[in-house]
Amino acid sequence: MSLKKTPLHAAHQRAGAKLVDFAGWEMPLHYGSQMEEHKMVRAGAGMFDVSHMQVVDIHGPQAQPFLRYLLANDVAKLKTEGRALYSCMLNESGGVIDDLIIYWTGGDSYRAVVNAATAEGDIAHMQQVAKDFDVNVEPRPEFALIAIQGPQAVEKTLPLLPEDLRSAAGDLKPFSAVWNDAWFVARTGYTGEDGFEVMLPQAEADGFWEKLKDAGVNPIGLGARDTLRLEAGMNLYGTDMDDRTNPLTANLGWTIALKDAERDFIGRKAIEQWKAEGVKERMVGLVLEGRGVLRGGTRIETPAGDGVVTSGSFSPSLGVSIAFARIPAAVDAEELQADIRGRMLPVRVVKPVFVRNGEPQIELNL
Amino acid sequence: MSEAPKDLKYTKSHEWVRQEADGSVTIGITDHAQELLGDLVFVEAPEAGASVEAGSACATVESVKAASDVYAPLSGEVTEANEELADSPEKVNESPFDEGWLFKMKPSDASQLDALMDADAYAAHVEAES
Repeated sequence: MSLKKTPLHAAHQRAGAKLVDFAGWEMPLHYGSQMEEHKMVRAGAGMFDVSHMQVVDIHGPQAQPFLRYLLANDVAKLKTEGRALYSCMLNESGGVIDDLIIYWTGGDSYRAVVNAATAEGDIAHMQQVAKDFDVNVEPRPEFALIAIQGPQAVEKTLPLLPEDLRSAAGDLKPFSAVWNDAWFVARTGYTGEDGFEVMLPQAEADGFWEKLKDAGVNPIGLGARDTLRLEAGMNLYGTDMDDRTNPLTANLGWTIALKDAERDFIGRKAIEQWKAEGVKERMVGLVLEGRGVLRGGTRIETPAGDGVVTSGSFSPSLGVSIAFARIPAAVDAEELQADIRGRMLPVRVVKPVFVRNGEPQIELNL
Repeated sequence: MSEAPKDLKYTKSHEWVRQEADGSVTIGITDHAQELLGDLVFVEAPEAGASVEAGSACATVESVKAASDVYAPLSGEVTEANEELADSPEKVNESPFDEGWLFKMKPSDASQLDALMDADAYAAHVEAES
């Protein structure tokens, strides 16, 4: 089967990208050096082609009750037009079908952005659940998506946005969006830096990308996207959680809104049962200050039994290896042992947020 | 396309070997290998004095993406490791055949060199693998 291509495929080839298969899409892994790209985003501005992610519009008289049933977070929290909410979509057993961002676009309209690998299943699930509601679930594959991230991202992007959106985009609070008939600009991201995620017509994507490049915004591949989100303490679907994961063991408890006891949502019963029984595992951050790199699957030895690294890499910002790991909830030791290719190395347990807005969030003992 | 200098010998596992005038050899990983690995973050080379067997794992190169063993192309005694790489592993990416060398050794049987590939054979091997 041939790989799907985004509207920016030619731009990636022009820039000398190393292209790889990502969830059936041919996507840039890096354009030369993942490490340099990572640092460019922390220090200046970088742009990511995320057109493989899927936009889904939800509208209709029962859009709100539908989403309050479909999603574990509560869209009733969205009080301002354009405001965004991060949520998991759970199955009946409480496992995570996907994580997504949902925007309230006014009235009875919402817009969701879902992961590429899960998009097809997500849409089928949404449409199935929607049968019981007076609501329309409409995939919008005609958009290209570009994320511009970094301390200089906003200032470099603003002059290149459509004129009617510029001033409102400049005033956007984090986790909010503005739009016109064709473009949608949100102050969101997946790097722990300021910036925008922009949805625009596919035909305009290449031109916008080149203008950003001329303004000094560097193309960044999926490799750096992964290390940036890991440093920022953001989960990756399929790696840190999937449809068999109890979200309470994946640092996602804060996204599950149980406050309104009247609100039934898919997975609620399972979550409440887990809560009542007591959650047996939790997700922590790890730092390895020795020479070695924690990887997904690395075994972590604890006094209460083994844990496992869900996401691990070398942190280009910190110069050491960092990871998320799922460990027995009873463990309160500050130091654990990691099995790095047969050698046991000490790792330190930290809060799983390592870098935000260019600043280290943990202290290193180097 | 990655480069493979004509004056070096190569292994199937992507190490290169340079024969020095004093009978020693210098060993590193190829441009193709560093390209596959991506940015290196740690290099663990064997210590001077260590004896190594041809084909045995004797060094580790670790990138942002993965850790990979380096196999001794020849048997013999390690005479020197590239200490620069402890602080600057990126030299392997930037200059795999020169500043990014990993270690030097004195082969116990120089005829083992004849079993290694020349640049053309290595290029064909890389081609066949991809």
